Amino acid sequence: MNPESLSFIFLNAFLINNFVLALFLGLCPFVGVSAKRDTAFNMSLATIFVMFVSSTCAYGINLVLTKFNLEFLRLISYIALIASAVQLVEMILKKFSPTLFRALGIFLPLITTNCAILGVALFQTSREYDFFQSVAFSLGAGAGFGLAIVLMAGLREKLELSNLPNITQAAALSMMLAGILSLTFMGFSGLGGSTA
Amino acid sequence: MTQLKKIEPPLTMDVFTAGLWKENPVFVMMLGLCPTLAVTNTLENSLGMSAATIFVLVGSNALISALRHLIPKQIRIIAYIIIIATFVTIVDYLIQAISLDLHNKLGAFIQLIVVNCLILGRAEAYASKNSFTKTVVSALGMGLGFTLALIALGSVRELLGAGQLLGYQIFSSNFEPWVVMILPPGGFIVLGAWLLLFNYLQQRKIDQLIVKDQASHCSISSN
Repeated sequence: MNPESLSFIFLNAFLINNFVLALFLGLCPFVGVSAKRDTAFNMSLATIFVMFVSSTCAYGINLVLTKFNLEFLRLISYIALIASAVQLVEMILKKFSPTLFRALGIFLPLITTNCAILGVALFQTSREYDFFQSVAFSLGAGAGFGLAIVLMAGLREKLELSNLPNITQAAALSMMLAGILSLTFMGFSGLGGSTA
Repeated sequence: MTQLKKIEPPLTMDVFTAGLWKENPVFVMMLGLCPTLAVTNTLENSLGMSAATIFVLVGSNALISALRHLIPKQIRIIAYIIIIATFVTIVDYLIQAISLDLHNKLGAFIQLIVVNCLILGRAEAYASKNSFTKTVVSALGMGLGFTLALIALGSVRELLGAGQLLGYQIFSSNFEPWVVMILPPGGFIVLGAWLLLFNYLQQRKIDQLIVKDQASHCSISSN
């Protein structure tokens, strides 16, 4: 498969180099919000949306910054962009879909400090993706984040019902689970004939 | 509000040591996990990342603490993020100038220090409320606690994954490296193992205490 093709970029971000399980981005919500499947699903929807919006805007911003030789401002402008994108999403949702807004509620502001979103913007810049490649990359990364967090939430719901030793409480068990999930995702690394 | 002179608790060793162990950012508070797991595949990377994080943590928290009366409450988060991003940009260019090799190894994770929840969390929870000196001391403690955790992870992963420490061969060539340790799953598993060990030690401490009083066993062990 051609590594420049849109489908490969999508698959690469979605499965092969999954943002959470292979690149360790967005671990805070992955550990924090994966206790229940419903909230995990809603969280991933919001993240995908913010990722898409900020990645498209970051593409535009990068064009302007490169034109005026202001690359050193890239990081500051990206993070400001993400903070405002989250705010924007919050306002739009509040106006047009109060139900979804209530469902996401507290998770929306937390998206600002999700490193997966800044990661998408930074990676697409350093890999010099064009506009459509950036879109495919952000959608793939978002879908990968959603897949990982929903899988994790499903596993954790099952574990609630099982009999576990005391010392596996809280984060220790989540980390072990994530390790096993990450191992299984390594099986995708042969996909597309490239181990990037 | 500013006329009201609050009597601040004096600066003690506790401010410094809290970050090292009792409130260790990684093992206890689970903050800043992304860089912790992503760059600890070798001890060298762990040390580089720790140095960068300490610089940003101390610098940004000191500045935020100095400006804490000037920053309006409503826009404080965005102000903190801009300050942090400035320091990260500085450290990014510094590392690039000092060691391009290390810069390439750490990659985007230097820039991702911006969204390290440890730094923003300390800015919001500590620097915005405490005096300059105390903030610097506390930030140093937190930074060293973070370093401690990164070293704990990095040394185990490099030792088992490559049989080396800081590039020096430790095990003989008969040792078959556990390649999984330097790959992504190893990060999760080693951190999980450390947490299990700490939980076990804590559990044993509790168990020893309640051996004396068997009757209260059920109520405490369920915690």
